[in-house]
Amino acid sequence: MSTLAPAPAGVAAVSPNAKVTKKILVLGATSGIAEATCRIWAAQGAQLFLVARNADKLAAVAADLKLRGAAYVGTAVADLDDTDKHPELLAHAINSLTGMDVAYLAHGLLGDQARAEQDFDHAAQIIFTNFMAPVSLLTWLANYCVQRHAGVLAVLSSVAGERGRKSNYVYGASKAGLTAFLGGLRNRVDREGVTVLTIKPGPVATPMTAHMNIKKADVNQVAQTIVNAIDAKKDNVYVPAMFQPIMFVIRNIPERIFKKLNL
Amino acid sequence: MTAEPEALTSPAPAISEPPSGPPQFESWGRYPKYGAKVVPLNWQGDFPAVLAGSHESALPVGLGRSYGDVCLLKDGTLLQTTGMSRLIDFNPETGVLTAEAGISLAQILDFAVPRGFFLPVTPGTKYVTLGGAIANDIHGKNHEAVGSFGNHVPCFELVRSDGTRRLCSPTENPDWFAATIGGMGLTGVITWAQLRLRPIVSRALDCEHIQFHGIDEFLELKQRYQNVEYTVSWVDCVSTGKNFARGIFMMGEHSKTPGELKPSPEPKLVFPIDAPAFALNRTTVNMFNTVFFHKQMKPHVKAPQDYEPFFYPLDKVLHWNRLYGRRGLVQFQYAIPWEHAKEGTIAILREVAKSGLASFLAVLKAFGDVPSLGMMSFPQAGIMFALDFPIKPGITFPLMQRLGDMTLEYGGRLYPAKDAAMTPVQFQTFYPEWQRFARFRDPLLTSSFWERVTGEKSTL
Repeated sequence: MSTLAPAPAGVAAVSPNAKVTKKILVLGATSGIAEATCRIWAAQGAQLFLVARNADKLAAVAADLKLRGAAYVGTAVADLDDTDKHPELLAHAINSLTGMDVAYLAHGLLGDQARAEQDFDHAAQIIFTNFMAPVSLLTWLANYCVQRHAGVLAVLSSVAGERGRKSNYVYGASKAGLTAFLGGLRNRVDREGVTVLTIKPGPVATPMTAHMNIKKADVNQVAQTIVNAIDAKKDNVYVPAMFQPIMFVIRNIPERIFKKLNL
Repeated sequence: MTAEPEALTSPAPAISEPPSGPPQFESWGRYPKYGAKVVPLNWQGDFPAVLAGSHESALPVGLGRSYGDVCLLKDGTLLQTTGMSRLIDFNPETGVLTAEAGISLAQILDFAVPRGFFLPVTPGTKYVTLGGAIANDIHGKNHEAVGSFGNHVPCFELVRSDGTRRLCSPTENPDWFAATIGGMGLTGVITWAQLRLRPIVSRALDCEHIQFHGIDEFLELKQRYQNVEYTVSWVDCVSTGKNFARGIFMMGEHSKTPGELKPSPEPKLVFPIDAPAFALNRTTVNMFNTVFFHKQMKPHVKAPQDYEPFFYPLDKVLHWNRLYGRRGLVQFQYAIPWEHAKEGTIAILREVAKSGLASFLAVLKAFGDVPSLGMMSFPQAGIMFALDFPIKPGITFPLMQRLGDMTLEYGGRLYPAKDAAMTPVQFQTFYPEWQRFARFRDPLLTSSFWERVTGEKSTL
């Protein structure tokens, strides 16, 4: 970043803050959590390539991140349900960035549980967007990273994938599938020097949850936790952290009791 | 537990289904309390689309830092703009920043200070939005030097509920520009605005604090230091006799010695609980006042100070309003023209001291004669005085009524952004332009304040 003072003579000119040159591909960049995360990276002087579906929103986010200090901001408008286009899209993004240190998958569809219970097409849509599309992206990205023996694949799953609940089990099932996929992928690529980070947010105050009248986490704190987890090359992170013990309890309630609960 | 992350493919937020038990949106004074639906505006294109199919009146709001009901709408929809917080453009040559209107002044400072710029005008908290600062035409400690916030806004976009979008500036749609500055959010939604920042070379201000006794000494100090950019005074309004209207005259100038321009750290302290109703009484406030007055050992102190404690001493403790307990607080803030400023201020101070109600925060300053650009702007040349009162049934509101009438008698006016008590007669006398302004109001938008002081209901 331009604000870094030049190193005095006799001192190595390498900044201890070497992450400032990070090259990050963001899929679903106009989502609330993704945008908050990108603001932190932009302030660090990162190079970003943003993919989102809505051109106006994407342009607004890109202009903001550029002003906040991102060294480079590239964009592509794409519907990530269109898996046939993934290889071309990803190759273009990485070309534009001239490399990739982190891929951040933040797109998803909460859907409407009540509708999904009656309408298989809607259920299939939720599962496609949250599971099939990330599998397509991650298959390509993992192979790219394995070739280079480097890279972080940071993926937004959800606490909803930890156990099926009647209030959102279709969404939860799609995220459970994604979490299992990420676990297996990590088991495969860890020995190749590639990090797979499974991010499990609880309710966060963003447009996606605006209609829910519940206590929600602050999106900026969630974003900072995600940035830190990526820097630390963690395997799993709950955001906020209090969901780790909460989900431990939820997972361990005996089924004969759990099935009677209203969750 | 319901929950989750984020949607690229999720539908636009809809308001067809009201949430069960609406989340409470409180103004800073926490009085009055009304249930209202809160719908976020996250993108410049969200309004009016987000209201499609709704027949309720609405009101754009930001961070809820105004004190009374100017940011509330009973049984209506509050359109919270804080998600519209993106930067759009910055010109380091001119210092003109273009940003979405939901960005907070705190976020603007985080961006501007490391680049050597500062807000042209700032209130006593940085947790207000750009749109809110325009809609209330807020003022700062440098009002005498530079006027109010609207004087530093070259242009903005105003979107009406019929979908019309207008670029407003002193030359383009000047009547809409004048109606919207200080227009209390009633003329439409401000989607983005420009703000002319000022250069700084350091975070620090060169500050001086001087003790005074009585309004005459205050006026003398104001005269002597009229070339100092930032001035404000704290006043003890509990003491009588020889300590009547004692206070501290505080002033500052941006330091001309280059210093580090790092961003501010996040505040760590949060006032955790509602204080009991008796926490702020005459005795505790009197003790505080005596300590505060004598905190500076000498009558005249000079020292450099970071901009955070100089401008935002109370921002260090988030939710300090909880100090006033669940019942909340009301603020009384007037501007009385010079002609009657001194006699009016002394009379009002005596009335307050006589009432026995203790005001914890009392701020006195002079307004300058830079004219505000808004039709409904509060600042006018003269003395500005602001007091906080805890809400005591049967005492606070009768006092507010008396003080409001005295303000009216001395030719002054009260500040809608701080008000929960002015009467329709008071409002309509303070703001003779209100009927002309009413013609610019968006038919869908209203506030509990507007309905209270005009009797106008939303025309839907």
